[in-house]
Formats: sequence, structure tokens, C-alpha cells
Amino acid sequence: MKLRPLFTAISLFLILGAILSIVFWGFKPSIDFTGGAIWEINSSKISEDNYKEIFSKNQIDLKNINSLGGNNYLLKFNDISLSQKESLNKSLKEIDQDFKELKFESLGATLGRELLEKTVFAVVLTSLFLFLFIGRRFRDFSFGTSAVLAMLHDTLILMGSFSVLGHYFGAQLDSLFVTAVLTTLSSSVHDTVVTFDRIRELKKQTYQLDWVKLSNKAVTETLTRSINNSMTIIIMLTSLVLLGGDTTRWFAAALLIGVVCGTYSSIGVAIPLVIFFKKHSKKK
Amino acid sequence: MNRSKKTLRIFWVIIFITFICLIINFPQKLPIKINLGKTRWEHTFYRPELKFKLGNFDFNKNIDLKYGLDLAGGSSLLFMIDTSGVSPENLPKALESLKSKIERRINLFGVSETTVQINKQQDKYRLQIDLPGVENINDAIELIGTTAQLNFYGVIDDTIFTEATSSAEFEKSLKDININGSHLKISSVQINPNNSQPEVGLEFNNEGSKLFAQATKDFLNKRIAILLDGQLVTAPTVNTVITEGKASISGSFTSQSAKYLSIQLNAGALPLPIELIQPSQIGATLGQDSLNKGLFAGIIGLILISLFMIVNYGKLGLIADIGLIIYGLITLTLYRLIPVTLTFPGIVGFILSIGMAVDSNILIFERVKEETRLGRDWNIALETSFGRAWDSIKDANTCAIITGLILFNPFNWSFLSTSGMVRGFAVTLLLGIFVGIFTGVFVTRNLLRVFAKEKIKIKN
Repeated sequence: MKLRPLFTAISLFLILGAILSIVFWGFKPSIDFTGGAIWEINSSKISEDNYKEIFSKNQIDLKNINSLGGNNYLLKFNDISLSQKESLNKSLKEIDQDFKELKFESLGATLGRELLEKTVFAVVLTSLFLFLFIGRRFRDFSFGTSAVLAMLHDTLILMGSFSVLGHYFGAQLDSLFVTAVLTTLSSSVHDTVVTFDRIRELKKQTYQLDWVKLSNKAVTETLTRSINNSMTIIIMLTSLVLLGGDTTRWFAAALLIGVVCGTYSSIGVAIPLVIFFKKHSKKK
Repeated sequence: MNRSKKTLRIFWVIIFITFICLIINFPQKLPIKINLGKTRWEHTFYRPELKFKLGNFDFNKNIDLKYGLDLAGGSSLLFMIDTSGVSPENLPKALESLKSKIERRINLFGVSETTVQINKQQDKYRLQIDLPGVENINDAIELIGTTAQLNFYGVIDDTIFTEATSSAEFEKSLKDININGSHLKISSVQINPNNSQPEVGLEFNNEGSKLFAQATKDFLNKRIAILLDGQLVTAPTVNTVITEGKASISGSFTSQSAKYLSIQLNAGALPLPIELIQPSQIGATLGQDSLNKGLFAGIIGLILISLFMIVNYGKLGLIADIGLIIYGLITLTLYRLIPVTLTFPGIVGFILSIGMAVDSNILIFERVKEETRLGRDWNIALETSFGRAWDSIKDANTCAIITGLILFNPFNWSFLSTSGMVRGFAVTLLLGIFVGIFTGVFVTRNLLRVFAKEKIKIKN
């Protein structure tokens, strides 16, 4: 654990970056959070100007229009009533009788707040359960605390990266992102537990009491495994990011960031924290 | 000796399970054509149907994979339920009846594989309806969303009735004759032979027939008004006393609206009014596209992982890959049998759980490497490694299961997510973890025992 100061520096840098990015750039929330409507339409006859004209004629504020290629357009606007949509349909049919609706979604803003509340609650609940479980399994709550802190460290960095990705590439926060955050919780702890487990085993075998030496040995012994294991998940997720299509690209990217963070934090955050707690309690 | 016999038996059980899974996942139709010079062989294989009887237990199940809305395309509707008119003690019954009536409407309409769910959020109740394959969302809303409260009134004062300007005035002109939708036996669409306009035919039950006979007697040569959800549909003049309990509603129906009304009447009026708050719709082509892309990405990823394992662990990696194939077959079989509705996040969950399944093997194999480095005999190293790694595997997977359960929210707690997307992910993740432990530890261990024995023979 010679590298502890380096790890501390990296983690502090990442956390600080994440917080700054979240504070200054914020997120690009999808309609899952803000409420609103999206409509994806395929038509060879309707042009971008046609859409704009039709929406202004129907007095609906068209917030955003994106060409997706292949005559597909993605329209974003405030949530509308069905009669409003019906009249839009009518106007569009005047230009192209056979236009295709690929996707239509309309959400009220209340659903978004609810999603956010539920996510925060799920994170808290998961942290609590994992803290209790790990604390009990290792009969030592400094392990539980360290694992949960490492996990929250990953969550924060993941959120920060999404703020950056949102700023530069327009990655949106949606309900799938929520799932990614919760998965990161579990994969981060997964790695940490494996390393902790090795410390516990070594402690039983060698009667070694120096936590730094114990940790060093445990990390060296589990490092190949951690990297190899993360490699397999990274291979899977990278292929999803590159080949998996638009719907889940950012979702897979979020999982990828979460997994990489999880591997790093088990060595770079959880273990140094355990050592820190152990030293601290000795001084008392 | 005894032990290797046991291993061999387990080995055959694994082969058997794999074989069963292979059959279940066999494509329904697989035509094979072989052209080898003069010999030509052509045969179409069919998946055997899963139909058998065991005593009183009749097993007959459709084992096709089920796809969620995001993959199959379709409409999803979220309604707010207005519970203000019902007392709290009657509410559960009203909600139950609401759900069953909406299910009946959808079934009568002929949409299959629908899900109707009632969620509670704080004090508000919501109704979530998923309709795979229904692309015309407006039709669906029209069919489901109408309360369809049918009422019959006798017209007391014809002049007020025709000239009424306010609803209060209108109501005054009517006398409730206590016949409503619940007195119907069946309703159907008819074509009026005189003007070939569609009508909705009504057939009353016993009580309804009696009431209707009495009403037509009381209001002979007067008019009877038929109201749907408080709106006047038609008010025909009674020409004869009708005793056989049959009537028809003619209005300005199209054949479609007549069909909808008849479906709604057959299914029964909704006990609670509902209001649409979130319609969404996904075209089938878009779903198919994301399914194909996801599958392609998954297959590429799997091949890369298999290579990775072989490069890193040699023969052990190969065995792990075989374990992975068995893992894939078992999970797919479970998806078909349970059944699990596959959504895109669900597929991602499946792919992620593959990673976790491989992890068990990596943990064990790294141990094997360590132990052999210490100079232990390979066979002994293998056994101790499984034992030692088990602790880590157990703890790490328990953490994953805890997270999975919180996401899945099995008790429908209203403070956690009940969204189909999040749950679809959690279901495949949880299943993957359990199957992964089974194949990653139990299956590979026994496969290795069988093949490790061979290795010694070769050495000798």
C-alpha cells in the first residue's frame, strides 16, 4: 500500500471533478425526469420545416427537432393531450398519408420527481443492507463502512462522468441510468468483498496483525483476478456500447464507468479506508 | 472409487439437463437441406410440443420467448384512477373489479399477452396497461378509457326533453327506470336491415327483461332515452311492449365504434373513472432493431470472453466456456418456462450476469494457479481452490442478490420503483446470479473432476 497517497490523490481529484461538474454543468435530464413528450416519425415526404410549421400552426412549442437519418425525425415538446396529438396527426397526414410513428411518449413532470425520490431511497436502502451484511460477515463494521464508502465514491464519480458526458455529448439522465447506478452499487461491492475476503483468510492463516502488510498481500493476490474479471465485463459492455444501438448506448456506458470505478475503488478506496480505520482505532 | 462414481453420475445428470434445455430452446421449425453430389437429404425438424399428463396434472405450456413492449413494439398506457367517489372500505373491491373489467375488455378486443397492473403511489392509484403489438394508440385509449356506464330513462316530458338547454332541465324531463348495464346478458353488433347502419344489439338478463317489459308498457308511444356515461346516445319511441328482453341502440355509430361499445358493455361498466396521464408507443421496427443490435453485441461479447478465458487459463478456460454455454441454455430455458418477459434492460441484465458467472470461474482458476505455484498436485489444488473460492463467491453474490432484490421490489412497496424497465433488468440479473452460481461452481467443478481424471491417465 505504498501507493496510498497516489490513490488518495486520484480519488480526491475524481470526486472533486465530479462535484464541480455536477454543480457547474448539471445534468441533461431526459423527459423521464422533466416531463414532456417525444415523438419519433418516419416519413420520406415531411421535411424539418414542415414539422416546425405544423407545430406552430397547432400552437405547440416544438423544443427540439433532430434528424436521425433515414427519414427519421425525433421531435421533443411539452406533454400534450390526446386531442392535440390527434390534430397534429391530421396535419401530418395532409402531407404524407403513410407517415409512420416509431415512438411516442408523453410524461407528466410528477413522474420524474417520483423516479428521483425512489432512486435516492433505493441507494440508501441498498447501502444500509450491504453495510449490515458486510459488517456481519466480517464481524467488523470498519469493513462495512469502507465498502459502503467506496460504493458511494463510485456512485458519485459515475454521476459526475454523466454530467461531463451530458455537457459534451448530450448524454441524458433517464430511468435506465437509475438502473445503472444501482448496478454499480452491487458490482463495486462485489470486487471489494472478494478482496476483503482474502484479508480475512490471510489473517486466519498467518496470524499477521499488521493491517498494511495483510492488505498488501491480499491486494497482490487478488489483483489478477480483479483485473481479469473486470476485463470480461468490460468486453461485454464495450461491445454493447459500440454495437448495441442508441436506446441503451449511454446505459451501457454508465455500467462500464461503474465497473471500472468499482474495480479501482476496491483497491484504491476500500482497502486504504480499512487501514485508516484500523490505525485510527489503535491510536485511541 | 465411490467418489468418482458419484462424479460420473452428476456428470450424466448435467448432460441430461443440458439436453433437455437444448430441446426446449430448439427452434420451432428447422429445415435442413443437404446436397452432396447425388445424395440429397431434406428434412424439417420440429420442436416437440410440451404437452404431457401426470395424473391430474395437465402440463401444456406455450414456451415461446416473450418480448416486452420495447422489443416487440406496442402501446403502454398509464391511467390515473379517480377513487374520490368510493369509500375506503369498498376501494379494494372496486379496484379489483376495475382491473378484471379492463382485462375483459382487452381480451374481447383480441389483444394477447397484455399486462394490467394497479400501482399505488402515495394516496393515488394508477393503472398501467401494456399492449404489445397495438400500434394505434388512440383506438386502445378509446376502448379502455371509457367508463361505459349505460342507463335507461323514460322520457316524461317530451318538449322539455327536446328543447332542454341545461343539464338540470334535461334531467327533469327524465324518469329513472332502473335499468342499466348490469342488466345486460350480452351485447353484439348488428346491421340495421332498413338503412344498413351499424347498431349495438342488447339482450337483457331475466331481471332486465322484466324491468324492460314493464318500462315499455309504461312508456308505450313515448320515448325511452339511452345514456352512455351521462351522454344521450339515442331516444327511440316505444312502438310495442317488448317482453323478450331484446333491444338495440342505434345512433351515429361507425362499425368500429359499435364494436367498441359492444365490447365495453359485455365487459361491464368500469366501477371507477380513469384518466389517461401517460401514453407511450413504440413501433415494432424500432424494437426489432434494438433486439437485433443487442443480440449481436451479446454474441460478439460472448465469443471474446470465451477466447479470453482460453488464452488465460488454457484447458480450464475451455471447461469454463462449456459451463458458460450450459449457463446460457439454462437461463434461456428458465425465461421460457417461468416465463420472463424480455425487455432491452433485461437483455443487458442477462449479459451482465454472464460477466458475474465468469467471475466465479476466474476466482477459482486464479486459486488453482496459486496453489500449483506452491507445488501442490493439480488435482488437490483444484479441490482446495473450489473450497476456498466458495467463501468469496458466496459473499460477493449475496451482495449482488441484495441489490437485485431491492431493484426487483418483490413486495410491490410503493416507495421503491415499480417501473417495468427496472424490474425487467432485476429479474434477469437475479436469475443470472443463481444460475451462474450453479454452473460456475457446481457444473464446472464436476466437469473438471471428470476431465482432470483423464489428465492423470495421460500423465501415467
